[in-house]
Amino acid sequence: MMNSRQKSIWVFGDYRNYFQNRVTLQLISRAVDLSRIISAEVCAVILGHEIDEYIMEYTAHGADRIIAVDDPVLKNYNTELYVTLMEALVKERDPDIVLIGATDFGREFAPRMAKRLKTGLSADCVGLDVEADGLLIQTAPSFGGNMLAEIVTSRHRPQMATIRPGTFKEIPHNYERRSLVEKLPLMKNLPRPRIRLVEYERSVEKEHTIENAAVIVCGGRGMGNKKKFKKLNDLAKLLNGDVGATRPVVYAGWADHDALVGQAGKHIKPKILFSFGISGAIQHTAGLGEADFIIAVNKNPQATMMKMADVAIVGDTSDVLHTLIKELRKRIRD
Amino acid sequence: MLKLIVCLKQVPIVTELPWDEQAGTLRRDLASGMMNLACLHALEAALQIKEQYSADILAITMGPPAAEEVLREAIALGADRGIHLCDRIFAGSDTYATSWMLARTIKQECPDYDLILCGSYTSDSETAQVGPQLAEELDLPAAAYIEKLEIHGRTLRVRRLVDNFRETLEMEFPALVTVSLENYKPRYAGLSGLEAAFDTGNIDRLNAADVGINKSAIETDGSRTKVRKVFLRKANKENILLTGTAANVVGDFLSKYESKISWAIGKDIEEDRNDE
Ligand SMILES: Cc1cc2nc3c(=O)[nH]c(=O)nc-3n(C[C@H](O)[C@H](O)[C@H](O)COP(=O)(O)OP(=O)(O)OC[C@H]3O[C@@H](n4cnc5c(N)ncnc54)[C@H](O)[C@@H]3O)c2cc1C
Ligand SMILES: Nc1ncnc2c1ncn2[C@@H]1O[C@H](COP(=O)(O)O)[C@@H](O)[C@H]1O
Repeated sequence: MMNSRQKSIWVFGDYRNYFQNRVTLQLISRAVDLSRIISAEVCAVILGHEIDEYIMEYTAHGADRIIAVDDPVLKNYNTELYVTLMEALVKERDPDIVLIGATDFGREFAPRMAKRLKTGLSADCVGLDVEADGLLIQTAPSFGGNMLAEIVTSRHRPQMATIRPGTFKEIPHNYERRSLVEKLPLMKNLPRPRIRLVEYERSVEKEHTIENAAVIVCGGRGMGNKKKFKKLNDLAKLLNGDVGATRPVVYAGWADHDALVGQAGKHIKPKILFSFGISGAIQHTAGLGEADFIIAVNKNPQATMMKMADVAIVGDTSDVLHTLIKELRKRIRD
Repeated sequence: MLKLIVCLKQVPIVTELPWDEQAGTLRRDLASGMMNLACLHALEAALQIKEQYSADILAITMGPPAAEEVLREAIALGADRGIHLCDRIFAGSDTYATSWMLARTIKQECPDYDLILCGSYTSDSETAQVGPQLAEELDLPAAAYIEKLEIHGRTLRVRRLVDNFRETLEMEFPALVTVSLENYKPRYAGLSGLEAAFDTGNIDRLNAADVGINKSAIETDGSRTKVRKVFLRKANKENILLTGTAANVVGDFLSKYESKISWAIGKDIEEDRNDE
């Protein structure tokens, strides 16, 4: 078989929150690893206006080639325009793989792009590998992160995946690096977008929802009663965290429905999770797949939650909670 | 009158553990599956539109025979009718195929819709892809993760928070939105409503042939992705067990992990110097 065509792995340049969210750099880094296996080039695609800074950054972090379309029309992210542009670029260049960060934008944009190109897409991957023949192995969570699925797109190209931020490590920058920069003009005959951006502003609100909390203190029936349960707020406050709850506790009115964690509620991904008086039923733990470090407190060392924990503290929930709050108050320096 | 379509999915209960607050048993009616939470939010948004304007709500689900329950629940809550797309050859569809099948059904059964509402994601597959792909399939303007919507004539105005940007967007009908969990808290169906919904005949069951889908169409327009295997996430945890008095375990815990906590909260935690 003839194989003269240069294989290529594309990374979509999602730069809107460049300083908070490094997912594009992380993807370039992974693409560099994968490109060695299948001798491909790594190409970052940047659509926007006044994007020279990102051309420089993506080059410094490992891209071999940059395809950039710089035009005032692209000043704000726009799903419809971006899909149309990416469709045209992909059809012209025929990349083997297109990787997109699983940001809110990426998760809205990538499905439409994949559909337009009549190809497959896996969502929110937490692992990527490639076989020698170029088949991309996409590892994605299912059932709230308790299970992982290995997904492939065997018959259609490009192979597309969105990847959860934080999955891969970026390559440290090297501003001496050079890449091949192609600045392309905006396509003619772009369709007029049907969506109007009436207003927008940067916001920090979302950082305060339980899904984004770095620390979560979850309580279950083992807290005993509503009054004792409310004590969890003190610990959460001390740690800049939020309070989560199991279903019986929500039904009993100790906590709001908003706080429900699990299959029927929120999926959380805190750096630290405290779990007080929770047995660890699968419907609850289905929401914990992404918790980094778990401390469970339970009088029963055999509880599933205790087996799942990094640190399992055997004891009475209220006693441990009370002592922990007291000690932390003494030690935390603001 | 506005024509609304809500796409609902029944998600499986991961494991059936016996559980009940009082009796210690699992409620049978919940055992097979439940309506996906984000879908309930989408339905709630549709119900609120119906309360404000005059609107007709069509609920659509694709899934095995048991999935019909989510349509009954929707009707009990205020949807007008349901379509249940049910056929063995739909099994194992990925989002590409699912959105194609839903689109075909919509084009055939309710082509004059104004607004399609989907949940933002499902708890089992969690792809959040079906909504945007359905919009692409039907060539509609769409916004994902909306928190609030307003209707002014034929214009839909939505608010959402995406990637730390608070956005207000406008588009004309027909359009599609996926509804986030932030707002539109779902109402719950009373038992009497549920019972009544079981008696209504407002649910059509369609199979593949009814919507013009056969094996060869699935070959060309069906799933693009394949799940090669599914496995349990490996637990690489140390699982340290601490026992003793509260003072001891808390002391042990903090001396071992204070740096971890201080990293997570972005504050310094110091060794306690004046121990009582
Ligand atoms: C369809 C369906 C969906 C569901 N969805 C969810 C969901 O999304 N989220 C969810 O959380 N649940 C959900 N559930 C319920 C779930 O199955 C469990 O019943 C629930 O998670 C148990 O909550 P718990 O751990 O607080 O209570 P329990 O299981 O009663 O556990 C209490 C624990 O506290 C310990 N304990 C008691 N007293 C003390 C004490 N003084 N000191 C220390 N430890 C103590 C006990 O040893 C025990 O381990 C769902 C169930 C169904 C059927
Ligand atoms: N089988 C289905 N039948 C009807 N609607 C569905 C189905 N699968 C997904 N959806 C819709 O798409 C949304 C997102 O699903 P998902 O892409 O699976 O996360 C759901 O909340 C539903 O509104």
